[in-house]
Amino acid sequence: MTMPNFTYIRPKSLKETFQHLSAGNARIHAGGTDLLGCLRDGVFTTEKVVSITRIDELKRVERLKDGSFRIGALTTITELANHPLIKERYPALAQAALEVASPQLRNQGTVGGNLCQKPRCWYYRGEFNCTRKGGARCFAILGENQYHCVLGGRGCYIVHPSDLAPVLMAYGASIEITGAGGTKKIPIDKLLVLPEQAITRETALAPDEVLTAVLLPPMAQGSRSSYRKVRARGSWDFALAGVALALRFYEGKVTSAKIVLSGAAPIPWRCPDSEKIITGQSLNDEIIARAAAAAMREARPMQYNEYKIELFKGLITEELAAYK
Amino acid sequence: MEEDQKENNGQRRKGISRRGFIQLVGAGAIATTLGDVSKSSPVEAAEAAEKGEMVHVSLQVNGRRHRFKVESRWTLLDVLREKLGLTGPKLGCGRGECGACTVLIDGQPRYACLTLALEAEGKAILTVEGLLRDDELGPVQKAFWDNDAMQCGYCTPGQIMAAEGMLRVNPNPSLDEIRKGMSGNLCRCGSYAHIFKAVEQAAKLKQTV
Repeated sequence: MTMPNFTYIRPKSLKETFQHLSAGNARIHAGGTDLLGCLRDGVFTTEKVVSITRIDELKRVERLKDGSFRIGALTTITELANHPLIKERYPALAQAALEVASPQLRNQGTVGGNLCQKPRCWYYRGEFNCTRKGGARCFAILGENQYHCVLGGRGCYIVHPSDLAPVLMAYGASIEITGAGGTKKIPIDKLLVLPEQAITRETALAPDEVLTAVLLPPMAQGSRSSYRKVRARGSWDFALAGVALALRFYEGKVTSAKIVLSGAAPIPWRCPDSEKIITGQSLNDEIIARAAAAAMREARPMQYNEYKIELFKGLITEELAAYK
Repeated sequence: MEEDQKENNGQRRKGISRRGFIQLVGAGAIATTLGDVSKSSPVEAAEAAEKGEMVHVSLQVNGRRHRFKVESRWTLLDVLREKLGLTGPKLGCGRGECGACTVLIDGQPRYACLTLALEAEGKAILTVEGLLRDDELGPVQKAFWDNDAMQCGYCTPGQIMAAEGMLRVNPNPSLDEIRKGMSGNLCRCGSYAHIFKAVEQAAKLKQTV
């Protein structure tokens, strides 16, 4: 388990970063927690590590004039969890940040890295030439699949490991991506890709692009939000099942709803049918039960992960009931 | 009996520091004691290292600045142990799961096994050795000793640094906060109950000294 050799570069500007990235076979180092683990375990190889940690403009959390927030990609998970304005305005995001990994990893890991991290499937992380590594087979299909997805899998059955991503999706966040050609904004739904779109990568980022910030829209009046993560241990574990909720209420009725699951699918999984069921309604037990059932209607469990379906139904039910 | 063990522990500590000194000299590292690190001029960090190339790095560890050569792929844990002879931080899993390598970086607990040495340049690094006050154990170390918060002891330096880091941010943690705050450190002997007691006592000790 030795660290392979690589060329290391720490540019002081994004412009210089793009030059190094476009030369090919390079990996970005932000917090480095996932990168160094992957290199050591041989999950992938790289010629060059391009560290962006000197680029101070990526470290800021700013409130913009329109009330939206721009969170620099190098903001650490701890900084996000403790930021007073994030805690006040986007409580589910601060909550999710506190649920990420361990204190040490939160101190080092970054927002950008959390969104670009590699999945935790033990076949992918182990010595298996699986479909995500360009091989012909997904070993989880006939193997140990208790932590794998029940929705959205095709050829690969990972779950997306991030706790921040489902919350950001519920909040309707955008992602700022910067490349040599300039800066663009895309909805977070377009950043993370399903296996059927691109089986060997998790994001739509081009190799010479950098995720530079997360953009949170202003919170509307009457908005409430939450994130709940269920895992085998009380902390330092990935989600077996999780749900991010962002609901708006007017006179006791839900006027808009976003329900996004973690631990369910290769990307954070929106539940549009469930959202429709509760929109325009006062939350009661019957409506909530229908919404929970709808979220799992398309679920296709494998041999060992069928428990997730009841787990998700129970989780969604409990979480929605807290808004009654 | 207890007094004897404490005495032995004192001798062990001196032994480690002698070994550390010999390794340090043997490795050709240069250490300078700095009266006030913050006033000293910053050393320009290496911005690039070719594959396998040895480049200079300057690290501030336990209040001293050390300058030596590293490869780009060497971790902070590698250099603390192999170059500086600081064998407190341990290699456990090597992938950020066990916490045996925990050190404070700019006051925050982090995994030294997942930090490149080059990335640690310009930051204040504190290992368990740096918690000693002259020859006396620091309050967190003392609390671990008093509560017998270890069996084999392999995870202990990491546990102590995780506790030190948590108590700097949260001086009066509840038991639940202690459990969460220490969750990045595994103890395969299962000494958790004693570890949590030790952290509770450490919180009190830190406020009296």
